[in-house]
Amino acid sequence: MKIWPIFKKEMRLYFTSPVAWVIMAVFLFIAGYFFYSIFSYYARVSMQSAMNPMGGGLNVTDGVLRPLFSNFSVILLLMMPLVTMRLFAEERRSGTIELLLTYPVRDGAVLLGKFLAAFALYVLMIALTLLYPAIIWYFAPLEWGPILTGYVGLLLMGATFIAVGVFASSLTENQIVAALLSFLILLMFWVVGWSADFADPALGRVLQHLSLTEHNDSFAKGVFETKDVIFYVNFTLVALFLALRSLEARRWKG
Amino acid sequence: MIEVQNLTKHYGPVTAIRDVSFSVAPGEIVGFLGPNGAGKSTTMRILACFMPASGGSAKVAGYDVFRESLEVRRRIGYLPESVPLYTDLRVAPYLEFVAEVKGVPRGDRKKRVGDAMERCRIADVQHRLIGKLSKGYRQRVGLAQAIVNDPAVLILDEPTIGLDPKQITEIRELIKSLAGDHTVILSTHILPEVSMVCSSVVIINKGVIVARGPIDTLVDQFFPTARVEVEIAGQAPPAVRDALRLIPGVVAVNDLPGSDGIGRYMVESSRGRDVRGEVFLLAAQKRWDLRELRRMGMTLEEVFLHVVAGEQAGPEETA
Repeated sequence: MKIWPIFKKEMRLYFTSPVAWVIMAVFLFIAGYFFYSIFSYYARVSMQSAMNPMGGGLNVTDGVLRPLFSNFSVILLLMMPLVTMRLFAEERRSGTIELLLTYPVRDGAVLLGKFLAAFALYVLMIALTLLYPAIIWYFAPLEWGPILTGYVGLLLMGATFIAVGVFASSLTENQIVAALLSFLILLMFWVVGWSADFADPALGRVLQHLSLTEHNDSFAKGVFETKDVIFYVNFTLVALFLALRSLEARRWKG
Repeated sequence: MIEVQNLTKHYGPVTAIRDVSFSVAPGEIVGFLGPNGAGKSTTMRILACFMPASGGSAKVAGYDVFRESLEVRRRIGYLPESVPLYTDLRVAPYLEFVAEVKGVPRGDRKKRVGDAMERCRIADVQHRLIGKLSKGYRQRVGLAQAIVNDPAVLILDEPTIGLDPKQITEIRELIKSLAGDHTVILSTHILPEVSMVCSSVVIINKGVIVARGPIDTLVDQFFPTARVEVEIAGQAPPAVRDALRLIPGVVAVNDLPGSDGIGRYMVESSRGRDVRGEVFLLAAQKRWDLRELRRMGMTLEEVFLHVVAGEQAGPEETA
């Protein structure tokens, strides 16, 4: 499997073009703003509660990290389609896919190389946000367990987002269509849990289980549940499988 | 090296190529000739395993392009017509990527990339972004990526399109230098290019092969006689025809459409015989008003026009 050269090529393309830099800058700007407002709000509330004899029960994990991770997932929902949209759509539009797919490399290797490149960019993006827990740690004692699980959750969720984006990008040669399509898919799986309350209890449980957010929240709480891991891994695999099918379809269409 | 049998491709209701069959021997350079939209690119895309055929089969280096596509792709270098390259990459890293994907061993990679850049004369732009290069340089980068793994078969779709005359000559020289070790199939609609570079041709028109074979054989096959066009004013055509036919070596004399009082004739003689001198002497002797005496070129171009344009104009002429 020649995943590595494809991976390197994609990384090069991300970083020689402004795409990676702009995406990281915008993400960090928005994430930084959210962190600032959540953290300063928490500081104010904790100050008030310190003066209130009835106060207490505040903790950094619940007060800062959980809202922060949940905000991250909203930003990522909006931004990951922009990271993944060019992966196949751009190659189709510029025709480079004709060369890429006539090189002696399996479709699966092309797909995984691209997926892993987007994932590596994502990991880098997420790693830079470790600055925020570090800042909290400077001011207040910190539980590292929930931070660790929170980041594991983010990585798993990110893999899902990227796999969906890769699939959407493999369907079209228009990057905007690819971005909107992956945004649509992600958003539908995001809000599907909301209707769980109105649905039939049995169906509601299914809907809730399908929701992308539902599974991320427990990670942010510091809970590491196998079912959540399996959900994200499965979601990723299904999306990648569909992308592979859509790539291979070209080879069979007489 | 390349075996194509009854290859057919439909795009929806449109048939791009129908029952295309030809073969290319190892070390040969074959020109794939045809007007725009004749099905050249379609055939090449199928040979390069980019898309499957609707019917028929194609083998490259002994492997079926559909069932053993990976084996085929290991052995070919392909340059699509539009020369699609990653505009955001620099030349040398791009070629290194191609070499790696094509399975050139790590130790050889630097050298192969260097060789390819040397042969295509792009070493001086190796640190530039591909997107910033001129059309000529891009074309050569495209050619470099095709030859970087030293493939047995090269499939080049219009390799000289958009180049200036000097670059065209260089690319042709390069392609010629590849003959022998490599089997090359190149498409073009520039006729002189084919006679200069290729040993044999396949002419395709409207998705059907209309002629194929070595260039000389083709010319002989389509034009078994040498032809001279004669224009003589003020004489009765039958008399002129009879007189011309008496020239030794002349096989046939035919009328060509001429204007009032001016007769035009096509004098056919056995191949290799030039009857122009005799025609002139005859005209001088008979004091004919000889207006024009021209030998018709018996080149590949004539063959091409004959089989391609002739076929299109044919029905209208007879109707």
